[in-house]
Amino acid sequence: MSEATHIHPEVAVSHDVHHGGDHGHHHQSFITKYVFSTDHKMIGKQFLITGIIWAIVGGLFSVLFRLQLGYPGQTFPILETFFGHYAEGGIIKPEFYYSLVTMHGTILVFFVLTAGLSGTFANLLIPLQVGARDMASPFINMLSYWFFFMASIVMLSSMFTQTGPASGGWTMYPPLSALRQASDGSKIGADLWLISMALFIVSSLMGGLNYISTILNMRTKGMSMTRLPLTIWALFFTAILGVLSFPVLLSGAILLLFDRNIGTSFYLSDIVVNGQVLPNEGGSAILYQHLFWFLGHPEVYIILLPAMGMVSEILSVNSRKPIFGYMAMLGSLFAIAILAFLVWAHHMFVTGLNPFLGSVFVLLTLLIAVPSAIKVFNWLTTLWRGNIRFTPATLFAIGFVSLFISGGLTGIFLGNSTIDIHLHDTMFVVAHFHIVMGVASMFGMFAGIYHWFPKMYGRYVNSTLGYLHFWITITGAYLIFWPMHYQGFAGIPRRYLDKSSWLSFNGFHDLDKMITIVSIVVFAAQLMFVFNFFYSIFKGRKVTNPNPWGANTLEWSTPINPGHGNWVGEIPEVHRWAYDYAKDGREFIPQTEPIGASESKH
Amino acid sequence: MQTFFIVLILALGFIITFQIAKASEYVGIMRGEEKSKKQTNKINAFLLLAFLILGMIGVYYCNERLKGKILGAPASNHGVHIDTMLYITLAITGVVFFITQITLFWFSFKYQQSDNRKAYYYPHNNKLELIWTVIPAIALTVLVGFGIYYWFKITGEAPKDAMVVEVTGSQFKWEFRYPGKDKILGKKYYKNIDEANNQLGQLWDDPANRDDIYVSGEPMHLVVNRPVKLVIGAKDVIHDVGLPHFRMKMDAVPGTPTSMWFTPTKTTKQVREETDNPAFMFEISCDQMCGKGHTNMRGEIIVENQEEYDVWILSKKPKYLSVFPDKNPVAQPADTTKPAASPVAKN
Repeated sequence: MSEATHIHPEVAVSHDVHHGGDHGHHHQSFITKYVFSTDHKMIGKQFLITGIIWAIVGGLFSVLFRLQLGYPGQTFPILETFFGHYAEGGIIKPEFYYSLVTMHGTILVFFVLTAGLSGTFANLLIPLQVGARDMASPFINMLSYWFFFMASIVMLSSMFTQTGPASGGWTMYPPLSALRQASDGSKIGADLWLISMALFIVSSLMGGLNYISTILNMRTKGMSMTRLPLTIWALFFTAILGVLSFPVLLSGAILLLFDRNIGTSFYLSDIVVNGQVLPNEGGSAILYQHLFWFLGHPEVYIILLPAMGMVSEILSVNSRKPIFGYMAMLGSLFAIAILAFLVWAHHMFVTGLNPFLGSVFVLLTLLIAVPSAIKVFNWLTTLWRGNIRFTPATLFAIGFVSLFISGGLTGIFLGNSTIDIHLHDTMFVVAHFHIVMGVASMFGMFAGIYHWFPKMYGRYVNSTLGYLHFWITITGAYLIFWPMHYQGFAGIPRRYLDKSSWLSFNGFHDLDKMITIVSIVVFAAQLMFVFNFFYSIFKGRKVTNPNPWGANTLEWSTPINPGHGNWVGEIPEVHRWAYDYAKDGREFIPQTEPIGASESKH
Repeated sequence: MQTFFIVLILALGFIITFQIAKASEYVGIMRGEEKSKKQTNKINAFLLLAFLILGMIGVYYCNERLKGKILGAPASNHGVHIDTMLYITLAITGVVFFITQITLFWFSFKYQQSDNRKAYYYPHNNKLELIWTVIPAIALTVLVGFGIYYWFKITGEAPKDAMVVEVTGSQFKWEFRYPGKDKILGKKYYKNIDEANNQLGQLWDDPANRDDIYVSGEPMHLVVNRPVKLVIGAKDVIHDVGLPHFRMKMDAVPGTPTSMWFTPTKTTKQVREETDNPAFMFEISCDQMCGKGHTNMRGEIIVENQEEYDVWILSKKPKYLSVFPDKNPVAQPADTTKPAASPVAKN
């Protein structure tokens, strides 16, 4: 659905670019250049643009269900125009509401923040920053995008079925998601959801294996592992997390498909649904939750780590100062990656989990706060005594740190099982994960887009719109999610579309209205960003300086519009780490510059 | 028509914003790129500081506005522990929140780009890094310690004298069962479930079932200051027994019974008087998404003193007797009774 939008000004320069001598394909047709491209940069752009389209869809869904939450019972005739029997009389039906919530979560978590974020920047940055002409296997890389594309098509098609898309929440817990009788969304929509996820997992595995082998094997001369920029380290750990955890979700999804379609009882036992007694006995609904969260928790870090890596890089470049504590940053990334596998059951404290097991998961969960704290303090020290240049990317990076602090601290509430008993599955959880994982990672993604846009398209985005985008988004994000914590303290369960029949939860009408209005404004600001993005691809100011930010990393040593193969002639050799800013009185020293005789050591 | 105008106005706003943004880029270039960059840098640095200050005011205002709307004091023994834990965590994370956010925005403002400053080459400091590894580790040890201490208190075995109530969730209602005089919940098997006569699938062969009391469509009754153990199950999909006033919560999973216990410490009447709200009820919310009626899967609990409870429970007849009205357990010894219409049951 996105190939048509891939036309961009590289056409004009593609003929002048000399490919590396080891590349045979000089003449490229439209199809091989823009559609079935094996150039990692183009694949990165494909992921990005597909991700942006999904983000608009997923964001729009959130605006729609916020309408219901802010104005329960009010009619919006336009909804009926667009959604027909899902919104008869202009009121969102409960089934439709839950489909919207489910699709919003699925789209944002998987299609935008996994594929759109790590797919984009792993593809774009790994070969450019390690000094490689392309990925280890450009062909598998291309397949990775096209499997993602197929997953997208299947997911999209589920929205046009008679009974609607999946509606069991993005976690798709059985038996709700397994029983056709239990909900409309558990009919064909759930099958399509599972098939789409299976395709998505294949895509993400192919991508991940490529990222890992490229980073390990294809670094240029002199690029030792400890000279890699932190972006690459973050993307490396992300890929490892994905490769080890996504197969578990695949197995979970396939078992669920079996339960749904061929009568197995992996997750089903002792069920009477709508008066109908089912034959299944001996399965465990909780098994699915273990399988799901064994991916689901690392998934949170799959989303967050690339943002952390990019933020580290962007803060350092724009403070004109080395990242503080490179080894500590690396160590904390490593610690987070390990711990990410050992905390999944903190999503399941109230499922009847053995309390002793619960206490082990409390300990391991709260341990994550230590490496997270190290990262925050190191970012703060990176800013300290810097000479900070506020590009839109810098602002989004600072916003990321702020949101990561706020959302990380509320994680300490939820990770502690005692408090989780009260806050579990309330709006507090919604506020927590939206701030720390959703909005923070979006901020990382925006920072990355603003920072590397000149490398992607050889043009600048309009930075005035960029600043406006940042200020509206950060203000809006806090206005939407900060007060939501109070709804959680009040015990309001998540996924309630109308609280009017409740005595205890009924006191937040004004707040819900305010949140709805702000979310519409924030959504409009994102549309403005999307417009800025596409406009700038074609009409943005042209980049004239190959290194517009004065950065040290290798991607800025390529031509302004690099062709397939990235460097003209030899790949440059690397002589130092990526963070020699403000060293020996020089503003920046690129990685390609040999160590001088009189240079001080760090 | 109205919608059309709103869209039109939005679109116009969009275009105007865009044109201004475009013009400002050109003006910037004409006035000298360096100079205009410096100016926007200053503006953004100032805005970051303003955001910090307004944000802090906002945090205070939000708390003032909303603190009265969250639940009142907890109404169970565990609830008190959970709230204590919540406040300890709030205090520790609150301090960290203010220190780090203020530092972040203050540094951003203070170290904005200036011609007079050179960035300081400061790649690492092992001592500092050690300090901020150890301090969070200590703070977290405290939190984990308190947390696990309370967690085992709450999830430990229910006291021996606890009353038992079974809660069963299904789309989209709650059903309750009291064990009767023998204090034992009789066996049940899901294939016996019959929405007209045997909603829980009780096995009438089991003598323990003959005094079990089935309650639906009305509040669950509990006794104040008497521990209660809820035995929780579900018929169709996963539900969750959420008791916000008692601060308790436990999933209801089909096929896997779960349980939780607590001691209600306030009667419904007492809370009504304390909060000056005669309509007050303890509510059971479903906290695990269970389908289209999830939002309205509401139950109620009445907490009362022992005498009131006794009156209520005596007014209830065991389910067994309503299914087999001819079997009067007083007239006939229970062990010789074989229900004539006993449904076929395995197990």
